[in-house]
Amino acid sequence: MTREIIIQALISGLLMGFIYALVAAGLSLIFGLMEIVNFAHGEFMMLSMYTTFWLYTLFGLDPLLSIPICIVLLFVIGVVTHYGIIRHILDAPMLVQITATFGLAIFLRSLAQFLWSADYQVIDDPIVSGRIEIWGIYLGLPQVVASAGCLLAFGFLYYFVNRTETGIALQATAQDREAAGLMGIQTNRMFALGWGIGASCVGVAGALISSYYMVFPDVGIIFALLAYVTVAMGGFGSLIGALIAGIAIGLIEAAGAILVSPAFKYGIIFLCYLAVVLLRPKGLFGRF
Amino acid sequence: MVTEDSDTRIVTPRRLGGRIPLILLSVAALVFPWVFEDAHTQHVLIMIFIYGLMALGWNIIAGYCGQISLGQAIFFGIGAYSTSFLFANFGITPWIGMLFGVAVSLVVAVGIGLPTLRLRGHYFAIATLVIGEITQTIFINWEYVGGATGIWIPIVWDNPWYAFQFHDSKIPTYYIGLAFLTGGLAFTYWMERSKLGLYFRAIRDEPDAASSLGVDLGRYKLLAFMIAATFASLAGSQFAQYILVIDPDTVFPLLLSILIVLMTMLGGLGQIWGPVVGAAVLLPISEATRIYFGGQGGAEDLMIYGFLIVIISVFYPRGLFGLMERLIKRRDNAGS
Repeated sequence: MTREIIIQALISGLLMGFIYALVAAGLSLIFGLMEIVNFAHGEFMMLSMYTTFWLYTLFGLDPLLSIPICIVLLFVIGVVTHYGIIRHILDAPMLVQITATFGLAIFLRSLAQFLWSADYQVIDDPIVSGRIEIWGIYLGLPQVVASAGCLLAFGFLYYFVNRTETGIALQATAQDREAAGLMGIQTNRMFALGWGIGASCVGVAGALISSYYMVFPDVGIIFALLAYVTVAMGGFGSLIGALIAGIAIGLIEAAGAILVSPAFKYGIIFLCYLAVVLLRPKGLFGRF
Repeated sequence: MVTEDSDTRIVTPRRLGGRIPLILLSVAALVFPWVFEDAHTQHVLIMIFIYGLMALGWNIIAGYCGQISLGQAIFFGIGAYSTSFLFANFGITPWIGMLFGVAVSLVVAVGIGLPTLRLRGHYFAIATLVIGEITQTIFINWEYVGGATGIWIPIVWDNPWYAFQFHDSKIPTYYIGLAFLTGGLAFTYWMERSKLGLYFRAIRDEPDAASSLGVDLGRYKLLAFMIAATFASLAGSQFAQYILVIDPDTVFPLLLSILIVLMTMLGGLGQIWGPVVGAAVLLPISEATRIYFGGQGGAEDLMIYGFLIVIISVFYPRGLFGLMERLIKRRDNAGS
């Protein structure tokens, strides 16, 4: 095994890490806001990927150009999910919240299989394709673009949450629902906004990776699993935690694949999750 | 943090009928295979017994003790693999294999439970979920027990009770399943009335108060987890002996762990009969859609499951039992 292979793997892992970070950020935002884990997060991502795929297949729209459409569509899906389901179970026991979003996940996944079959689909000729070489390291251009796009989206999200008035209102709602309500913040609207933005995160990530990743009904499962792990590792509700843990998981995945075996790369990530939560139950940067 | 309100309190079965319906139900269950002789109907009932047993176990750890495990398939798979592996490789009767499976499941449950049961809420749920994924990966890559192709149990025609294989009729499988399910129900019934059930509910509703009154949280959570593991393992062994072909994707999937949760929620969480009612509603739906749509893997049954469970969670979080109780209450009020 040469040094190039290791460096190459680690850089690929880093690139993957930015994508995991954005997916996890969406999950973390929702959790920080209302302490609900969205178990349908991966299925939202799957919907974004199918949207991109169909826009390409039916109208020839390039994955990059469908990003805005995916953002809007997923935002709407998130808001509808909030008003249709989540609003009713805000104060329900945790199990009810888990089964409601798990039920939604199973429904969306099987709906996709029903409508579009379980076959793997690919976008065969996106604008961004091929690979680039930097100092003897080859990287797929779609991967580089997807990761850069996710990092950029993460930057926007971070700016929005920390620097805009609406973002501050979101944080206030996350800290104390009632006090925020007394200050004139319409908390229910904030929750809906949180769901919209959380879903938009996977809207961006889904559109970006579908230019090189297979699209199929179960595609969201592994991304969602990794997102739960990322969020728990980084600390529920922490955006910076999601970024750092996302990058760490991308690197662990790449290192695990070359050092141990590709078959166990996710298993190693899951073991790291267990190690983190057992040693430091609130995660690396957790508030809870 | 799990907050429970009065909505999840235990309904005593007396409220919902008393002894006579129970006797009628028992008689119906006993004569059923002689009245409905077609193999397909019997198959659905057998599946209800097997999944119902597993769900009964989950009901004890989650419904009564409040610890949401999303990894019950681990123990189902261990049960299935134990009987199949011992029989296929050493000719050991699945009855012994079943006990061996329970023993392994208990050891694994202690290994998983000791560290993870200290975690609260979502951290425990996600921990069990990822351990389930790890277990499936291990079995897919474990060539000694068949790897991804799993185990084909050798078909044996003579001495069906030793081999735990019944090829002439589904009736023995039916009664074995019924017996195990009845055992599970009887255990739940006993547990609900014993000090154990009291401790479990105290841990679910008021863990801090329970702890300060001297309930050893760790010990009783672990006990509930071990009971759930035992039920799942027994169900897995029966499943393997009934289907006769197992692989990691059939006996260890995350979806199985989730289906068990859905069944229990649908019937009624923390209710003795909840898991069985849930299984008895969901599995026929699954079979019916498979026949109606022709079983091309279109996942119609899961679509209905998913939809149902969202509706149940949002509008009837106490499941069909809660709904039934509400209707009875309304009738009582109208009558008086």
